[in-house]
Amino acid sequence: MSTVYDKSESGKQGTSFSRELLAEGDPEGELDSELLRSEEPLLPEVTQPELIRHYTELSKKNYGVDDGLYPLGSCTMKHNPKPMEDLAGDPRFQKHHPLVSEEVVQGNLELAYKLGEDLKNISGMDGITLQPSAGAHGELTGMLMIRKYHEVNGELERRRKILLPDSSHGTNPASAAVAGFDAVEIKSNEKGTVDLEELRSKVGSDTAGIMLTVPNTLGIFEKDITEIAEIVHEAGGLCYFDGANLNAFLGRVRPGDIGMDITHFNLHKTFSTPHGGGGPGSGPVGVKEKLVPYLPVPQVEKNGEKYGFNYDVANSIGKVNAFPGSFGVMVKAYSYIRALGDQGLREVSGNAVLNANYLKEKLKESYTVAYEGLCKHEFVLSGSDVGGGVKTVDIAKRLLDYGYHPPTVYFPLIVKEALMVEPTETESKESLDKFVEAMRDIAEEAAEDPEVLHQAPKSTPVGRLDETKAAREPVLRWREEESGK
Amino acid sequence: MDFIPNTDKDRREMLGDIGAGSLEDLFSDIPDDLEVQGDLLDKEGETEQELKENVREIARRNEEPGDRLTLIGAGLYDHFIPSVVSHVTGRSEFYSAYTPYQAEISQGTLTWMFEFQTAIAELTGMEIANASMYDGGSAAAEAVLMAQEYLGKDKVIVADTLNPRYRDVIETYLPLEDKQVIELGNKNGRIDRKELDEILSEEDSIAGLVVQSPNYLGVVEDLEGLKEKLGEAFLMVSTNPVSLGLLEPPGSFGADIVVGEGQPLGNPINFGGPLLGLFATRKEYLRYLPGRVSGKTVDREGEEGYVMALQTREQHIKRERATSNICTNQALNALAATVYLSSLGPKGLKSLAKINWDRAHYLADRLVDISGVELAWDQPFFNEFAVRVEKNPEDLWERMKEKGVDLLHPKNLKKTGPERGFLIAVTEKVSKSEMDEFVRLLRKEVE
Repeated sequence: MSTVYDKSESGKQGTSFSRELLAEGDPEGELDSELLRSEEPLLPEVTQPELIRHYTELSKKNYGVDDGLYPLGSCTMKHNPKPMEDLAGDPRFQKHHPLVSEEVVQGNLELAYKLGEDLKNISGMDGITLQPSAGAHGELTGMLMIRKYHEVNGELERRRKILLPDSSHGTNPASAAVAGFDAVEIKSNEKGTVDLEELRSKVGSDTAGIMLTVPNTLGIFEKDITEIAEIVHEAGGLCYFDGANLNAFLGRVRPGDIGMDITHFNLHKTFSTPHGGGGPGSGPVGVKEKLVPYLPVPQVEKNGEKYGFNYDVANSIGKVNAFPGSFGVMVKAYSYIRALGDQGLREVSGNAVLNANYLKEKLKESYTVAYEGLCKHEFVLSGSDVGGGVKTVDIAKRLLDYGYHPPTVYFPLIVKEALMVEPTETESKESLDKFVEAMRDIAEEAAEDPEVLHQAPKSTPVGRLDETKAAREPVLRWREEESGK
Repeated sequence: MDFIPNTDKDRREMLGDIGAGSLEDLFSDIPDDLEVQGDLLDKEGETEQELKENVREIARRNEEPGDRLTLIGAGLYDHFIPSVVSHVTGRSEFYSAYTPYQAEISQGTLTWMFEFQTAIAELTGMEIANASMYDGGSAAAEAVLMAQEYLGKDKVIVADTLNPRYRDVIETYLPLEDKQVIELGNKNGRIDRKELDEILSEEDSIAGLVVQSPNYLGVVEDLEGLKEKLGEAFLMVSTNPVSLGLLEPPGSFGADIVVGEGQPLGNPINFGGPLLGLFATRKEYLRYLPGRVSGKTVDREGEEGYVMALQTREQHIKRERATSNICTNQALNALAATVYLSSLGPKGLKSLAKINWDRAHYLADRLVDISGVELAWDQPFFNEFAVRVEKNPEDLWERMKEKGVDLLHPKNLKKTGPERGFLIAVTEKVSKSEMDEFVRLLRKEVE
């Protein structure tokens, strides 16, 4: 795959700046020579037409949700509405510096405030911060608030454990660990939900809190959720709700109503803002009353008719970003909520759950479903029974040949050869039926001609790539001598 | 407006296949008392036209950005962005894609990540860079965590000339009792080397020093000899990537980690986000690196391609033993930076850095002509500088705001000094006439 460096030629340039120079001296004369750059950095040198050709070519070697079905479990790859992109690009939103006088940016502050209010209403929470940059960042923010809460109550020394179901997202234990907690795993029962006996045996005076994903990563609603919350609360712990899967019951169930104390939102999942090839996201965090004094600063507030930042939060954990958050992403999420309204919110979750159950029902004919019964927005298949020595990775790679992005693979860890499927509400029945057909064909291929799967993919820009080599002999940057240039 | 393609007929058929009577039946596993009754927002959905009109009405409640002169930097800088940037980032093959876990259909993303890593490593003078962090502040905090983890030491020295917001983020990330921040003061706008010597001789268990250059006050720090003082403790430098078109990169001074805010590279300020955290380091620390990296490898036919490399450091594999909890990063902003740097090339970046230096020095020269205004320090600076004023700076800030000039409020200099002063940032987008007008307005107030 050729990089922009391979196309670079000394002396070429794609853009240039104002030529007007105003000062009396110039930096090369005025600055001490040891401060001046002695060696030119190796940056690409290309003209504008070459640059555009290169990145257009690269874009064609990518697959986005605009290209087709993207059933990545727990990632909620739904359509990214185009009006929201245009609105977020409005220079009146985009151009302002966050440190200008609040009078200058009343519109931006109003939008942030109103998004916060909407998210509070959607989640049943009392306070909110819009600062975290992504879901994992929201989790860390939540964990740090739990720390501070126990610290203020004089119990931090003994409360060092965060309980997590074994089906949890990988970010959960990692976030707990970054905040200085020990992650303690709770095994799931045969139904795929939290085993209450196991929970009772692990909860205690050393419990700082629990992190739950509802519906869990198997797509199953934790039916004992209020009991789980009671057990943890009785032990003096707090309940953190990983909102990655909120699409399943938008407008129907609120974390704040089912005993949860803290939740994060993934604006780049539930609220349809694009994933950008891995970001930027936005991970606002909502909290119940008792945790409001611990929220990051600044808070966006409304006083009379004026909006402003408030830095005066009693036990604030401080800042998790230098500036108040991903405003550009907020504009899109706020617009999305406005477009939907109350009815639209429920239609999102209703159709997301319908699509998932329909797909599960259809795929059941050729694959093993990990857990039977109603699912919510996603479900998990196992690739271990297709035969022919075929593994989940082979199924995923073969799907590429059929023109699809595969489901999430090998997660959750509690299902052997897992394929985690989340179609989202923005797929049509027709689109799902075609996917079912492709999956059925692949299952047949596995039985009749498994080699096709082992060799897949054949129609992509590159074949199956050697990840072990990439780890053993890491090549992480371009070098002329290695390029054959 | 909704984005649901299924018709009522589709829904009936699908429900029939599932064996359910209605959509509501699909939620029968949720106890009734846990379900929401009634509306949460008390809002009707809006059509596309209504939505655009209503949201733009909110945008109009901001002052028109073009009507005002903003001389605020403090970590974020308003630069000219060439058209190619948004034309590339606007391709939905890039922006509507997920993290490139399926490498074979993500070669576009993985290739530009590799380009980005190369450009950032080159720019900072380091061996390797990751594919981005959230912002400059969280990148600085992650650097500190990495140094502590690598060396097994608890304390970190932080220069008071580091952006105070970055210092805040570091302190948020280090809440553990045994992990401490030791502040290093400044002398005439640069870190106090004597104080550093004292700290290093008195304290043990030092994981490293965090400095910034050009620092929060705009001053270019002298990084020479710092690594030698620190020994194995990490030298961590936060920097402005545009300044590196002109200034010797931190890597040349033995930095162990270089972080910074990448927003100036082709991204709008956007009221503070999304931003772009930069993170570069040395190869020997690779296994401790936080965040994603793209690595070159081959497919079964020997064709070159890229994958997310070294994923065993990351949370989705290592869980609680991961090097960081970061997952989603700032990919699209990093793509913007990649296209931006490719468009400028080394010569374009150098000329941009020189114009920034030039404009800032032009304005500084005009300002010190005003009696009652002087440069806070006689130190080298890049595109931002501090002045000391005789009059009450808060009053002046208010007066300038009324006249349409936005300055950084003097309260932002409380920790660092100058006591009565302003921090002023100038980029290539500020014209001579705007600067002359600002000088005229300020002179009128001060003299």
